[in-house]
Amino acid sequence: MSNYFYILWIPLLPLATFVILGLFGRKYLSGIAGLLGTASLLTSTILSFIAAKQYFFVDGKVNGVFQKIVALKYTWLEFSPNVSIDLGIIVDPISVMMLVVVTSVSLMVHVFSLGYMKGEERFATYYAFLSLFTFSMLGLILSANIFQVYMFWELVGVSSFLLISYYFNKPSAVAASKKAFIVTRFADLGFLIGILILGFYGGTLDIGLLIERFTAVNSVHYISITGASFLGASMLTWGLTLVFMGGAGKSSMFPLHIWLPDAMEGPTPVSALIHAATMVVAGVYLVARMFPIFSMDEAALNIVTYVGAASALFAAVIACTQTDIKRVLAYSTMSQIGYMMFALGISKNGGENGLGYMASMFHLFTHAFFKSLLFLGAGSVIHMVHSNEMKDMGGLRKLMPITHIAFLIACLAIAGIPPFAGFFSKEEILTAAFHENKIIFGIALFTAALTSFYMFRLYFNIFWSKETSATNHAHIAHGHDNHDAHNNHGEGPWVMKLPLIILAACAVGVGFVPFSQLVTSDGKALETHIDVIFSIAPVVLSVLAILLAANFYKNQNNKSDKVASAFGGLYTAAYKKFYIDEVYLFITKKIIFPFIGQPIAWADKNIVDGFMQLLAKTTAKISELIKGLQSGKVQNYAMYFFGGIAILSILFLYIWK
Amino acid sequence: MQDIPLSQILFVSTFLFFIGMYGLFTRRNLITMLMSIELMLNSVNINFVAFNKYLFPDNLDGLFFTLFIITIAAAEAAVAIAIIINLYRSHNSIDVDDATEMKY
Repeated sequence: MSNYFYILWIPLLPLATFVILGLFGRKYLSGIAGLLGTASLLTSTILSFIAAKQYFFVDGKVNGVFQKIVALKYTWLEFSPNVSIDLGIIVDPISVMMLVVVTSVSLMVHVFSLGYMKGEERFATYYAFLSLFTFSMLGLILSANIFQVYMFWELVGVSSFLLISYYFNKPSAVAASKKAFIVTRFADLGFLIGILILGFYGGTLDIGLLIERFTAVNSVHYISITGASFLGASMLTWGLTLVFMGGAGKSSMFPLHIWLPDAMEGPTPVSALIHAATMVVAGVYLVARMFPIFSMDEAALNIVTYVGAASALFAAVIACTQTDIKRVLAYSTMSQIGYMMFALGISKNGGENGLGYMASMFHLFTHAFFKSLLFLGAGSVIHMVHSNEMKDMGGLRKLMPITHIAFLIACLAIAGIPPFAGFFSKEEILTAAFHENKIIFGIALFTAALTSFYMFRLYFNIFWSKETSATNHAHIAHGHDNHDAHNNHGEGPWVMKLPLIILAACAVGVGFVPFSQLVTSDGKALETHIDVIFSIAPVVLSVLAILLAANFYKNQNNKSDKVASAFGGLYTAAYKKFYIDEVYLFITKKIIFPFIGQPIAWADKNIVDGFMQLLAKTTAKISELIKGLQSGKVQNYAMYFFGGIAILSILFLYIWK
Repeated sequence: MQDIPLSQILFVSTFLFFIGMYGLFTRRNLITMLMSIELMLNSVNINFVAFNKYLFPDNLDGLFFTLFIITIAAAEAAVAIAIIINLYRSHNSIDVDDATEMKY
């Protein structure tokens, strides 16, 4: 079906922008770099919407089932007639859904950055990196081959690295970018091994073929991969778990989450794009893409479920104690991704039992909008206050009315209050969890309440709390930008308000998308309905949590401090992020470096290098000995020649006869 | 006329060859060395002719070889002298001991 061929342009346009801005941006195009990037992405976004309309409403459906369409296939590396790496474009419900999400969030971020990053010295470079990221993410989404996924996976990691370290003269940003890169690289090692295992047993790297082969219980490939086992688990479990490890690294699941909070050192729009809405959900997307295979293996799914649930709860607890607003949002991202993960983990493939899959994708979809809105709102606040710390904020609601309303909508959406977007997707997840696994349901419910609490803690701390200090902020802000005489300076130019308004409208509206009709595990429409009785519990819990947050933080008081001291050790531990960073530091610095790293370094210096140096020295010695032969005198050479002839004649005449 | 035995001719050619070799090793003048090489070539020519006449009188292969060697020796002498002239231009000498740049 080549009528989807134009989808190729969606990733290629940002790539072209990257090349142009990367080569000529800083010298010639710094004035129009932002507009160029935004215009090219606008085109991509429009194409994505056209593709989505065509797929979902015109010709994607055959006999009531959404088809997987391979829009383009090109053999890139052929190792043998059976094993090759193909580059392809796959069009199916989740890839089209992700196309819409990525392009629209990216477009919003591009527009927002026009205001937020204005006057930066490396403005064009920033847009070049944004385009590179968008290209890689779109490529990742459309990949039809698991090796192609891996290539784009790494590209996404690189662009994330580049954008986190955008302020490269800030040591903390450089450290954060290295941390993000190393941690995700470590996880990608698992991903690569997983790919090799699946490819080895499946005999192909094409995702569609892999799914076909591993879901047929009688196929040779399925029998061979489940028959082979290592350390008590079948190779299928190993392969899927290792693939999931890559996904967990990118999606910052516990215990590979340590890079995400630090990644907030990057510019805030970047955090909105990469570390909230798109790249971090790549792990969820990967599991969803391979879901039919995952659903064949109970053990791997259980790992997905429990890692997801643990991350959701763990991150929510930490988020309650952090004071840097971007870090709160980072932990909330981690928590929400945990939600998506365990929703996938408890799902089955196909039919009514596929509710978890659909709920997970739905939550991914809605989360992208309200979380990028939260980040962009936080960006506006930071732009005005010039600080990330909650204590520097307060009472901003009158100064930034639009940001305030947008942020409030996003908070309500993430808290799951009807009729905002988060409510619908969270309800689906909770329903799925309730039917499949009661423990997970309990964790999910508790996490939902915590989510409301910390989001409104953030909201009240930023926009309410201290009334008196509000004017001070305005003065401070004026001190920074004295060219702007208006009182509402902090809201920024219209390019910063417009994305907030659009995303706020999305955060209200996207919950009403008939998602269960469009994106399901088997392509067939799924009948769902909101059970009013069932939704009472989570909504009431959320409202209670919001009231509690209002009580604590709406006005300045010391109630929250009292509660914090009542929790004592738990509070401190959560504030210190449960010492996970310290554990990692301990493992690396106290165990890996002295006991593995240093011996290896010693062996490298003394044994590997030593052997090479021995060779070199021996060669030098021998040449020192015999270099006299090369005397430069013609007659000496003639002498050697005749001597050689004489010796050869003696050999031939008397010895070998 | 009594035939000269082959061994005598071979003796002459061997003698000639070693005279040439001696000249090649002891003389430092390139022209003299070239002359010595010509002597060695001529001793080989004598060998060819002698073996042809004494062992295979019906064939002419040895004679042809000799003719070719003489031709090629002439060409080779031209080349060698060209080299020698160039050496003289660059070193102002045709003594081999002066041209010892190509060493370790």
